[in-house]
Amino acid sequence: MSFIELHDVGKSYGVRNVLSGVNLTLEEGEFVSIVGASASGKTTLLKAAAGLILPDKGTITMGGEKVTDFSREASFIFQNYSLLPWLSAYENVRLAVEATFTDWSKKQHQEQAEKYLQMVGLGAAMRKRPNQLSGGMRQRVAIARAFATEPRVMFLDEPFGALDALTRGTLQQELSTLCRAAGRPVTALMITNNVDEAILLSDRILALSRGPGATLSPAVPVNLSRPRASDLLLHDEQAVRVRNRLAEFLSAGSDRNRSKPRPDLQAIAKEIPVEA
Amino acid sequence: MQNSLKTFALSLVGLFVVGGLWTFLSLNVAPDLPSPWRTWQESKIYVLNPWEKRGEMDQGIGLMTAYSLFRVAKGFFLAIAIGTPLGFLLGASPTFFKMFDPTIQLLRPISPLAWLPLGLILFRQSEPAALFTIALCSMWPTVINTMTGVRAIPQDYLNVARVLRLSPWKQFTKVWLPATLPYMFTGYRLSLGIAWLVIVAAEMLTGTPGVGGFLWQEYNSLIYSHILLSILTIGVVGFTLDRMMGFAENKLRTV
Repeated sequence: MSFIELHDVGKSYGVRNVLSGVNLTLEEGEFVSIVGASASGKTTLLKAAAGLILPDKGTITMGGEKVTDFSREASFIFQNYSLLPWLSAYENVRLAVEATFTDWSKKQHQEQAEKYLQMVGLGAAMRKRPNQLSGGMRQRVAIARAFATEPRVMFLDEPFGALDALTRGTLQQELSTLCRAAGRPVTALMITNNVDEAILLSDRILALSRGPGATLSPAVPVNLSRPRASDLLLHDEQAVRVRNRLAEFLSAGSDRNRSKPRPDLQAIAKEIPVEA
Repeated sequence: MQNSLKTFALSLVGLFVVGGLWTFLSLNVAPDLPSPWRTWQESKIYVLNPWEKRGEMDQGIGLMTAYSLFRVAKGFFLAIAIGTPLGFLLGASPTFFKMFDPTIQLLRPISPLAWLPLGLILFRQSEPAALFTIALCSMWPTVINTMTGVRAIPQDYLNVARVLRLSPWKQFTKVWLPATLPYMFTGYRLSLGIAWLVIVAAEMLTGTPGVGGFLWQEYNSLIYSHILLSILTIGVVGFTLDRMMGFAENKLRTV
């Protein structure tokens, strides 16, 4: 049985049918990305998987149990950092640590928060408030906060969407390192509109068709060795192919090309060779 | 620097224009109205010995102001002690809001002069009646602003509280309260302004010592220059209070 399973999930807001018939499974320790155009229902799908909103239809299970609320073993990273502006970077992280490890001592809370801030390279700036930090540094704090609770599952909502290209590249590598450096396997589900980002980080990528009633394409596996450098995207044959196919699907899903037929994703998935 | 000097000079000009109008009125239109100079002559004993107590209603302007300020402070703190939690409840619970909002809208425009007799009936003493009136009239801006502040908490922060699984107490102290604080302070500032407005009415009707009580007594004893002294004092104190609260509000906003 897979660690996380979404079975025939559907969600509507009033008469607007956002998702329908979404099936998705994540194995423990797997990094899966969902790419889709904006307003395609990506965030709804992620929030439903995380238990932040309840679907109207279908079931979601984590570790065999039905998901009814946000799990104690999960972390969530938002696109807009979502740090509390009246707390320092350190206090933001410690708040999460305190809420998770309620039986720890004060000193343990403090050490855990400092350890993770140092891991993301913010050891010197941890007393600063979010408004004194750059966008990249803020997202680093958010990443430290998410990992400091030692989650089994990580939900990422376009985590680098608000950052410039250079900062994004650095942070992608750091996220990848942190996922692999954790004591136990971290299962991650990320949504993004950036195909390159998905290829760099994921084991599998799925595309979300355009809404209303958005549904998922079959998974496209990314069998590239890690760590993956960003220039890999330009040279590696498989990376190029994955990207082209996903990009094609996404552009077919955009409004401008609405009249074009949708590409057959089943066929695309088969076309990509799966390396052993 | 040049600019602020100019602003200051202009505000002085404005003051002189109003003073001139006052003089003109007292000389030509209303002979009972003392001129600025006569006002000063007849009331300088109160201003130059502000802390002197010659009788129950015959005290220096400093003492009178202190009585009034103390009374306002009590009423104001009563108002925010009730108004803040009430605002939180109204902002957080749609049911509570639907239940009490119409009543609040009904009570809000009622004048202090209307509440005071009710206070006297309820408490049978002038002091608690005055506090009751001040609190009841000045509470509403705090209630409304706190409510607005709670409703305006960005969804992002509420999401954070949810995914960090904060306890209700932590949610309140780390998310709700700091996010609402600037709104609350705007409410406090407006409430204090109203509390100061109400004090005069309350003291006039209850006859207790203070700037308002003094004003009413001097009207009854036909010493009009002292009325003007009271009016000016009320203005100056009200202005100072508002500036102080404004300063605190700005401090809070930059945090």
